[in-house]
Amino acid sequence: MNKLSGLINVFALLSILAVGGGTAVLPQMKHEVVSQHRWLSANQFADIYSLGQIAPGPNMNMVTVIGYRVAGLPGALLVLLAFYLPSCTLAFAVSKIWDHFEGSPWRDAVQRGMAPITVGLMLAGVYALGRTATFNLDHSTRHNLTTVMITLIVTLILLRWRINPALLILVGGAVGWFTLRVM
Amino acid sequence: MKRRQWLNDDQFLAALEIGETVPGLISTNVSVIVGNRLRGVRGSIAAAIGMMLPGAIAVFVLGLLYARFRSNTEVKAVLTGASAAAVGLILAVTLQIGHREISKWLDLAILIPTFILVGMLHISLLATLVMIAPIAIWIHRPDRAALTDYHARQAAYHAQLAAHHTAAATASGSQIERAS
Repeated sequence: MNKLSGLINVFALLSILAVGGGTAVLPQMKHEVVSQHRWLSANQFADIYSLGQIAPGPNMNMVTVIGYRVAGLPGALLVLLAFYLPSCTLAFAVSKIWDHFEGSPWRDAVQRGMAPITVGLMLAGVYALGRTATFNLDHSTRHNLTTVMITLIVTLILLRWRINPALLILVGGAVGWFTLRVM
Repeated sequence: MKRRQWLNDDQFLAALEIGETVPGLISTNVSVIVGNRLRGVRGSIAAAIGMMLPGAIAVFVLGLLYARFRSNTEVKAVLTGASAAAVGLILAVTLQIGHREISKWLDLAILIPTFILVGMLHISLLATLVMIAPIAIWIHRPDRAALTDYHARQAAYHAQLAAHHTAAATASGSQIERAS
């Protein structure tokens, strides 16, 4: 019971704080799940995040896996509800009053002011995950060299061409299997 | 959505704009708004469930396989490579979305403190937003000219609306007179 209420508290709050999408709450989610509540290790969190990138649909669906690992099937369902219901309700409510502020200079100011915050939070998300999955001080130099190369090459490919990202995640997995399994 | 002619471009862009501004996942937010336009509250619930449930089930199955095999060294190697690629993916998305913000000093003055507070100092997201959002919005506050212009346009619109209502009232009034 304690774990279930903990899950609801963490994910419902993250839901309404996700300004600009899921990546913005990634650093706080990792901090709460790994350091505060110690539900998962940093590596498990990074693994589960990459599972979410392979599966179709919103990548933050991976929160169900976190819920399942913490509190079984009830945990998975509650986390899904806690993570989607608050923000969906908010989107519903705002869509009703949005037209009322049509052309308001303040609406413009809010949008332009929030844009750099969103990007800053997304970069913090990249940093939070990258410290575990790309450049991890606990890993050997050879290991880190491989993961840094995978990250950078995937970034450059995606900036240059339009490719289904899930495909690149799978290729990254294949490269990992070829280069890192013997260690 | 275009193929089924559910919405026109303007309606879709408005839904997208709201979905991006409001917290939460953009795809589910947009599906809630579109569902509501088409079928009301029940439409939004159906759209949100349709958007997330298939993927949630898929990732859930992957999660079960992960729990079963994660201590296997080969599976571990695959996941390590996949995770590194996932970091590349969110880095690319962030750069694509943020290329304008990253190249403007005024925006960097907001972006960098946000990154440091949340990413490095682990200040809670709520506290960070409460501190930084007002400053960021204040920096982009509309100037006096834009505000007076907006208020003038609003006033003109309301005056036009009022005139329209009085005209309609007199028209229907005279109609009633004639009828009697």
